[in-house]
Amino acid sequence: MSQTNGNHILQTDKATIRFGGLVAVNELTMNVAQGEIYGLIGPNGAGKTTIFNLLTGVYEPTSGDIRIAGKRVNGMKPYEISRLGVSRTFQNIRLFPSMTVLENVITACHRHSKQNLADAVFRLPRFHKDEGEHREFALDLLRIFNLEKYKNEGGTSLPYGNQRRLEIVRALATRPQLLLLDEPAAGMNPIEQQDLTGLIKEIRDKFNLTVVLVEHNMRVVMGVCDRIQVIDYGKSIALGLPQDIKNDPKVIEAYLGD
Amino acid sequence: MSSWTKSLAIAAVLIAVIYVINAMMSAGGFFGTGIDDYQARLLVFIAINIILATSLNLINGFTGQFSIGHAGFMAVGAYSSAYFSVTYGKTIEASLASLGETAAVSVVLLIAIAIGALVAAVMGLIVGIPSLRLKGDYLAIVTLGFAEIIRIVILNIDVVGGATGYQVPGYANFLWIGIFTVITVIVVHNIVRSDTGRALISIREDELAAEAMGVNTTRYKVTSFVIGSAFAGIAGVLFAHYNKFLSTNDFQFIKSFEIIIMIVIGGMGSMSGAILGAIVVTLLPEVLRYMQDVQNQNVEPMLGIDLPFNIGDLRLVIFALILILTMIFRPQGILGTREFGLSWLKRPMRAPEGGDAGSDEGTPIAQQPAARRLENEEDKDR
Repeated sequence: MSQTNGNHILQTDKATIRFGGLVAVNELTMNVAQGEIYGLIGPNGAGKTTIFNLLTGVYEPTSGDIRIAGKRVNGMKPYEISRLGVSRTFQNIRLFPSMTVLENVITACHRHSKQNLADAVFRLPRFHKDEGEHREFALDLLRIFNLEKYKNEGGTSLPYGNQRRLEIVRALATRPQLLLLDEPAAGMNPIEQQDLTGLIKEIRDKFNLTVVLVEHNMRVVMGVCDRIQVIDYGKSIALGLPQDIKNDPKVIEAYLGD
Repeated sequence: MSSWTKSLAIAAVLIAVIYVINAMMSAGGFFGTGIDDYQARLLVFIAINIILATSLNLINGFTGQFSIGHAGFMAVGAYSSAYFSVTYGKTIEASLASLGETAAVSVVLLIAIAIGALVAAVMGLIVGIPSLRLKGDYLAIVTLGFAEIIRIVILNIDVVGGATGYQVPGYANFLWIGIFTVITVIVVHNIVRSDTGRALISIREDELAAEAMGVNTTRYKVTSFVIGSAFAGIAGVLFAHYNKFLSTNDFQFIKSFEIIIMIVIGGMGSMSGAILGAIVVTLLPEVLRYMQDVQNQNVEPMLGIDLPFNIGDLRLVIFALILILTMIFRPQGILGTREFGLSWLKRPMRAPEGGDAGSDEGTPIAQQPAARRLENEEDKDR
């Protein structure tokens, strides 16, 4: 499904960020089409996670533009960008430790909450209706990921692979159009990786998503991505279909050295 | 709807209990049984401290913003409402005289409470917006500083008595103090178990992740700070109108620390923990005071010697020692983030789960209680 119908959900135009003298991301231009699974790869320290932090508003670009669904988001706060339909997972899992699996997911329904403080304080009908809807929605999502049976367990007490999946569920609970996955396969065994590959495609189709993922595991990247962009020292060095990237001499050089 | 009828039933029982206790405090007692002034005063201070601890718990325990300036907001509520009562209380009372004295006094008190809560909330907003940009120790220092500034400013306002203190009409009785304690607990509980509450807790748990999930962290931090301040203001109003005398010495930073101690001892992020902490911290020094009598009348005659110390003189030392020992052996507080409820009696204790629970011992955020919390929620819904 590598359609490029000009309908770009995410675009960066020469986005650059400097930390003092270090140019962490250097004039990066990305054009991610609606419905695409877009891979960002590169050696360690290439700036992939920094790119995610730029896209989600954790950092503001020093120069250049970032557009989400055509809207310029430079300088917007992370929660504002989240409201535009961008959700993410984190490289080192950031679940809410004292919450259960279910609470973790319901918390992420915040953006779609219809209750206000007065509804909650006086427990008005709208509160109960809203809570019930979130609960059902969260349980449905957990069911898709086979995590429903753990709903009352502490989120961070799950095995590592399931914590990663739970983080994806939580990200989906914000009902995004664009999902950013930061090393979703990290710490997973080969079978879990295989499942993940299928899962990413499945959720893309099911939730009508666009997915951008940063990943080190080549099997996952090659198996799931429609297009891949290779980053090295904050610069884009290659962009193309998985099989082209695999054979690109510049990419091989970046990974293996010359 | 059944949850509503259940809540109403509980509320009715609570109000009845408060009414009886209040009646027992009156001169004639309640059907001949009474509570003496000393015990009455203790009960009132427990109730006021529950309001303070519960409201601070919303800021510190649930939102994770370490504020230690709660006494400042209490002072704002106390003095603003006292000024109102002193200036307009008699006039309003006179104009409502046809309703009877109790009703007239109650109306004045309710207006005073509204004023105290509002002024404290506004002060919370003014203090909260700039200080909540800070985190951890820095926020603690700034809130402490603001509370002291508030106190010093009040000390220098002559219309509210300045350094000589301020006489306030004693409109508040245990009936109103108890009712507002219950209201505070219910309101904070309902906030915590709602979308807003989850947003607040997510800020405590992981601010970055909370923001990525669409939580406007700044707004929610300020919201919790303002609500907490408003209830501290209410506690101040009740204190002022019960104590009948205000001095800025009542609102020194030691008072803020006392409230912190309550929630730390009880368990940060636990509603019942804050209540328990308020009771323990209020009663413990008095229990130790009572131990002096035990020493004089029972222990020493029994041993036949004069002990070289007086436990009553040492009561604050012992109090401090108990606090230190609690922190060493139970750093998460008596309840941790767990809640005490009827379900405790029904279900067996579960061992803490999660491999890294050990490393988290030192932090007030316990690992597993959330599981039980949610289960309890389910029990209630069905």
